[in-house]
Amino acid sequence: MMIPLADLVTILPELIVVSAACLLLVLDPITPSNKKDLLAWMSVTTLGICFVVTAGSMGDRVFAFSDLVVVDGYASFWKLLLYVVSGMTILLSIGYLKEERIDLAEFYGFVLLSLTGMMIMVSGADLLVIYLGIELMSISLYIMAGFKRFEAKSIESSAKYFILGAFSSGLLLYGISLIFGVAGSTRLVEIAAAVDARGLDDSLILIALMLMIVGFGFKVAAVPFHMWTPDVYQGAPTSVTAFMAVASKAASFGAFLRVMLEGFGGMNTDWSGLILGVCILTLILGNLVAIVQTNVKRMLAYSSIAHAGYALIGLVVAGWVGTEAGVSAKGVSSMMLYLAVYSFMTLGAFSIVAILRRGGNEGEDLDDFTGLAKRHKGAAFLMLLFMVSLAGIPPTAGFIGKFYLFMAAVNAGLTWLAVVGLIFAAVSAFYYLRIVMVMYMREPSPDQENETRLALSPTATVVLVLAATGVVLFGLYPWPLVSLTATAALP
Amino acid sequence: MSSSGFPWLTLVVFLPLLGVAAILMVGETLARWVALGVSSLVFLVSLPLWVLFDESTPAMQFVESHQWIASPSINYTVGVDGISLPLVILTTLLTPLCVLISWTAIETRVREFMISLLVMETATIGVFVALDFVLFYVFWETMLIPMYLLIGIWGGPNRVYAAIKFFLYTLAGSVLLLVAIIVLYFYAGKESFDILTLSNAEYPAWLQAWLFWAFFAAFAVKVPMFPFHTWLPDAHVEAPTAGSVMLASVLLKLGAYGFLRFSLPMLPNATQQFTSVVLLLSVVAIIYGAYMAFAQADLKKLIAYSSVSHMGFVTLGIFVLNAQGIEGAILQMVNHGITTGALFLCVGIVYERTHSREISDNSGLAASMPVYATFLVIFALSSVGLPGMNSFVGEFFVLLGAFLWSKAVATAAALGVILAAAYILWMLQRVIYGTPAQQMTSKLHDMNWREIGTLAPLAFFVFWIGLYPKPLLDVMHASVDHLVQKQAKVLVVDKVSPLPRWERARVRVQSMTPGEVSLLPRRERGEGR
Repeated sequence: MMIPLADLVTILPELIVVSAACLLLVLDPITPSNKKDLLAWMSVTTLGICFVVTAGSMGDRVFAFSDLVVVDGYASFWKLLLYVVSGMTILLSIGYLKEERIDLAEFYGFVLLSLTGMMIMVSGADLLVIYLGIELMSISLYIMAGFKRFEAKSIESSAKYFILGAFSSGLLLYGISLIFGVAGSTRLVEIAAAVDARGLDDSLILIALMLMIVGFGFKVAAVPFHMWTPDVYQGAPTSVTAFMAVASKAASFGAFLRVMLEGFGGMNTDWSGLILGVCILTLILGNLVAIVQTNVKRMLAYSSIAHAGYALIGLVVAGWVGTEAGVSAKGVSSMMLYLAVYSFMTLGAFSIVAILRRGGNEGEDLDDFTGLAKRHKGAAFLMLLFMVSLAGIPPTAGFIGKFYLFMAAVNAGLTWLAVVGLIFAAVSAFYYLRIVMVMYMREPSPDQENETRLALSPTATVVLVLAATGVVLFGLYPWPLVSLTATAALP
Repeated sequence: MSSSGFPWLTLVVFLPLLGVAAILMVGETLARWVALGVSSLVFLVSLPLWVLFDESTPAMQFVESHQWIASPSINYTVGVDGISLPLVILTTLLTPLCVLISWTAIETRVREFMISLLVMETATIGVFVALDFVLFYVFWETMLIPMYLLIGIWGGPNRVYAAIKFFLYTLAGSVLLLVAIIVLYFYAGKESFDILTLSNAEYPAWLQAWLFWAFFAAFAVKVPMFPFHTWLPDAHVEAPTAGSVMLASVLLKLGAYGFLRFSLPMLPNATQQFTSVVLLLSVVAIIYGAYMAFAQADLKKLIAYSSVSHMGFVTLGIFVLNAQGIEGAILQMVNHGITTGALFLCVGIVYERTHSREISDNSGLAASMPVYATFLVIFALSSVGLPGMNSFVGEFFVLLGAFLWSKAVATAAALGVILAAAYILWMLQRVIYGTPAQQMTSKLHDMNWREIGTLAPLAFFVFWIGLYPKPLLDVMHASVDHLVQKQAKVLVVDKVSPLPRWERARVRVQSMTPGEVSLLPRRERGEGR
């Protein structure tokens, strides 16, 4: 069978990334061990090329492979974000993996493979294609989570992630099979037609819809499907945690929203109601449980759950008034904006955790931040910046993200949801500021003075500068990003 | 809107940030000089605002407008009128004094301290001059971070608790403000966050009621009004001197300013409807604050509670909704900034010597610190409201306005003045003329020139405003009249000769629609005597 060239051109970025990943795995054994950094740089260069390709071809909606894959502004937006995030993860990992003595070049291969999965997810116009993307992403992540193979915690993280991830994939697959039974196809357009034809109160479709929401709920770490998050995030190597918290969440949200809007757009009132419940639970639990954490990675895990709750507000709005395109699109674009902003601040926060070391170990306890402002002014200030942004306080990007979400919510008549969101934003300030308090208002003990140091490689510095620039720039001048999300939003 | 060519306001707002950049480049010792230089420069740059200000118009002046975000339309729009100008000048005046008082008091992390102070200045001036609601909110919230750090890093023993309490209280208060801003945007239907545009739109009564309380939550916490004042004593007591001064003199004004800028002009009906509740809370604050001040053994706590009482006068003046009351309130905001700021400076000066804020440790200072004693007496008497000094004028206007509203309210508020005299004079008696604490006498030496330089400008303003308040009043007349006229659609108050209440009610009702009349309490409907 001949594959049309046009189809291949459409998925050119995916092809580049997956070839680079394979090439990297081949090159790894023949690269001298002191030159392994070259492979990381090769990955970053690949991402740069893809960024240019995707940015250059952004615009019209193109279907490929008989409507299995779609490339539109929406998919391109997520891909651009994913390139940036993956690139930052790789740059952060170059120094970090050496510090942890797990500097194997396969790691970068897995990042690229996982990225390929994510790109397929956001470009999938067919449930099975999306499912394949999810699996490619997840399996790479399972391995990456267990990369600290000498540490029980890391292995535990990997195993837990694998079991619960497989379980959620099963649920998703079950939902897909049910919907296939109803629609006779797994393509989103045909599902949408079947939903319209069968009517809204078809119980089979409803069950399939619920299974889908559960499956995606696992992937985006929404309550009550969040159980895996804290343990997995805490145990995984920090750069992997950052990658999971940011990239996999963004890609899952991208696919989630497309499936809901393009496949189940006809029954928007059903799913937006269900997701509304999930959203509120996520906001409440994520923020409240984060308060009692003393491990910063674990706290950031709960914070990422809470932020999934905020992003879900956008999804709820997208479905709330499905017939009015303007209102719905505002929900979509605000969710995209929020996840973009969230990526920068979360990556920044995890980077600080990754470079902060106590003896030979990671400084991930709240105590390890004690008096950081005395010892490492720059790191403390950047952490302050990221925490303030995560709490959504202006003039940082976190505020802009929340502002647009709440604008969209009020616009859709969900003023009370905006109030709930803001109340929990105020709650979240408590635990974010506790890190600031520990850094600035406590004196370091003498042995902390001697023991803690920064493992600040030049590439990690680049990551921190990028993250901080994103947080400040999008806080002070958000218009480029806002207009990009507005033009790229579905439908 | 009149606009002037030179971007004075942008310069005043962002010059402190240039100072921050400069401080980043110099060492610890030079940081003080840079901060002093920059903040003094900001004060000088703010003076042309006063000189070039056109008193005859209520319109915004020195307006600058640039697009910030295209959709939804959010602009960088700044401008001042007679309400915000005095507060801007107050802020620029106090910041260099805060730098001066911290000269030796702050020994660790001087650079970070000065940076926080200057960021504070930018944010507070930004709040006063912002004419776009989102811009206002950005400045309003930005301010929290430097203040949190000022209290939490350089504060007293219990500073961490006080800092987080301050932060969470004010943040929680502002939560509804943001939602209210967004709701206003959609209901006004003008596709704009411009404050003047939003003020000119009409909102249904039920919406006004909701928005009123949403605004109230944000502003009342900041003022702070009873019963939202509990963060204030903690924050004041634990903050370093400069922090207390900024908190008392500038931050507390933001809430009152919010009422004047947003609640009154945007929500006239709801303001009418709920004004009696706010007046009641104000009177309670006046008396409760004074009553609590009696019981304090800690000088800073005493002044903190006196702040609650004095700010009660401010909200009282605002919500009696007549020109006298509002002018008195603005005057009182400035006065409180000067007087209470100066009192905190005084406490800071003696604390630097004795390292105690207890009245019992700081008694009988007249003998060893005569110059200090003189200044303290001046500011304390100003706080009491002695005629010839600044607070007298403000309190007089507020009481006059309150009298026009209701004799009972005025009487109750006047009780606060008497109580203030009692607790302040009692404090003076102990601190100035009491028996000196033995263990402290060796530490007491009189003020040096730097400290005199810090207090002297404020003493000058105490007497200037007390003896000749006309320049200050002239600046605010036009803006306040404009504000009151807006209220007059609902409430007609005879400014010159107060009519009897039933007469006022009759006139007021004539200018109302039946729906608005139904919002009034029964006895206010003017249905005969």
